[in-house]
Amino acid sequence: MGWPGAGGGHVADSRITGAVAELGAGLCVAVKQAGPIPLAAEFVCQPGELLALVGPSGSGKTTLLRTIAGLYRPQNGHVECAGDVWFDAKRKHSLPPQRRQVGMVFQDYALFPHLTALENIQLPLGHLPQSQRLAQAEQWLAKVRLDGLGKRYPNALSGGQRQRVALARALARDPKVLLLDEPFSAVDQVTRRRLQRELALLRQQIEIPIVLVTHDLEEATALADQICVLHNGVSLQQDSPEALFSRPASPLVARLLDRHNLFEGTVVEVAGQRRLQWGETYLEVAEGLANLPLGETVAWYLPPSDIVLHRRDRPSQGERENPLAATVSEVVVLGGITSVSLRVNHGDMLRFDIATHAARRNQLTRGAVVNVSLLAAGIHLMPGHRVRADAHDKRK
Amino acid sequence: MDWSALSVSLRLAASTCLILIPIAIWLGRALAYARFRGKGLCEALIALPLVLPPTVLGFYLLLSFGRDAPVGSLWANLTGSGLNFTFTGILLASLIANLPFAVQPIQRAFEHVPHNLREAAWCSGLSPWQTLLRIELPLVWPGIMSAAALTFAHTLGEFGVILMVGGAIDGETRTLAIAIYDRVQAFDEQGAAQMSVLLLLVSFITLGLVYGLAGRRRWARG
Repeated sequence: MGWPGAGGGHVADSRITGAVAELGAGLCVAVKQAGPIPLAAEFVCQPGELLALVGPSGSGKTTLLRTIAGLYRPQNGHVECAGDVWFDAKRKHSLPPQRRQVGMVFQDYALFPHLTALENIQLPLGHLPQSQRLAQAEQWLAKVRLDGLGKRYPNALSGGQRQRVALARALARDPKVLLLDEPFSAVDQVTRRRLQRELALLRQQIEIPIVLVTHDLEEATALADQICVLHNGVSLQQDSPEALFSRPASPLVARLLDRHNLFEGTVVEVAGQRRLQWGETYLEVAEGLANLPLGETVAWYLPPSDIVLHRRDRPSQGERENPLAATVSEVVVLGGITSVSLRVNHGDMLRFDIATHAARRNQLTRGAVVNVSLLAAGIHLMPGHRVRADAHDKRK
Repeated sequence: MDWSALSVSLRLAASTCLILIPIAIWLGRALAYARFRGKGLCEALIALPLVLPPTVLGFYLLLSFGRDAPVGSLWANLTGSGLNFTFTGILLASLIANLPFAVQPIQRAFEHVPHNLREAAWCSGLSPWQTLLRIELPLVWPGIMSAAALTFAHTLGEFGVILMVGGAIDGETRTLAIAIYDRVQAFDEQGAAQMSVLLLLVSFITLGLVYGLAGRRRWARG
């Protein structure tokens, strides 16, 4: 298993074991089982870092979160946090949720309906002497900006307020890891934006690993330091959002991240130089081409930001880099952004977004022929993968 | 007015509630949360007193409480006395006859406690026992109250089972309901009417109190 060689692709195992050595206070999870919910996932999260588990529904995100909390016990695996082993299937060791010190925000918040907001937050303060609990709970209430609402029952709070109470309750326990299960899915978009902002601010005050489960890629990109992509219970890649979006480990990861511009090319030699043959074009590639055998067909990906559209009237930067003529096949205006699809001679489609005013200025209309450059540094090779065959997970 | 019958009735109803409710909490919770083979059979057995004619139930209880039957002989070995025609006997019969009235409302209430509330309690550091006391019981309290009300009122009004197992021994097994029947048989309509009104009032007040208490939950009102 793992990702042979390619740029940002990590060999999952070595990354995890390497991380464990330097870990200390972080969270380290490795889970494997064949059924009833198939799982093969590994990820790490450093203190103060926010790791987003993303993937389509049914990819095992929530099960992994529950595994960390001790609410689910997989057949094989290991969960370690802040130097303590919480779960080790080999030693048949598993701490109950009560002894794991996790702060968990449930998807529908799971506030206790018969307790007021303040009482909800007081409940996990069992580790403090009775006299301090009320003051501590009130501090938390103020921290999530709900002062004055402590006497309300959950049914008298708005969705956003409930979420804040749930967050305060999770943090009140002084947890060693904060787990957020789709915490923004049950509120309207305006509230969601505000809560996301608050979480980003709150994060700066807490020095523990935070694991966020979400199916919203934008949310993950905006909030996370690290993203772990899951598919059918398998963790495919963990990396920073930037690295992930520019260097997905496989076409499957790219697709799960809603990336387009996935193609296949063949390694060739032209005038003594390694090139990637793509249809009738010989592409210059900045990285990774030299180690590949001639004649090999590889999947490759190009981030839309590395497609440069040349203006008709004057030459632009990078014009000499992998220049290409293509026909505009689709122009979709989505407010201020226009999504443009270009058909290259041999039939593949390049897709990228540009500002709507730029699209107008360049007279991008269906059927128009335009010149673009594919920046050599952006071309990301995925050796060992084919675009088609990879539609389904083929990892062994 | 047969005051000893009233006393027997109240003692019987109160004892049935006190003994049965804790059992019903345990049983109702187990049936609500656990998944096991034969759960349906278990639920059917508990619900049986609901559909059996009281005389049929009373008849089988009378048989099994006899000194030749396993239950009766076991009891006789343990305590030296029989079960039939004693207060203990009608109490035991009343516990069995009231099983569905006590278990079912509590089981439904536990079923309506979202599972993730218990998980949230565990994640808040509460032990299973603390979770039961501080989260689950407050949430199922209305179910417990209605179980208690139903059990109490049903015991006050029970006739067939008590008559079969207990007969009508003054101060021991003659409940108010049986005393009323006796009065009517003796053409003492005035005595029967007095006791009927009393039974009606006691039942009504009990139910009113219990439902009133159960309804006082600020958090449940939207």
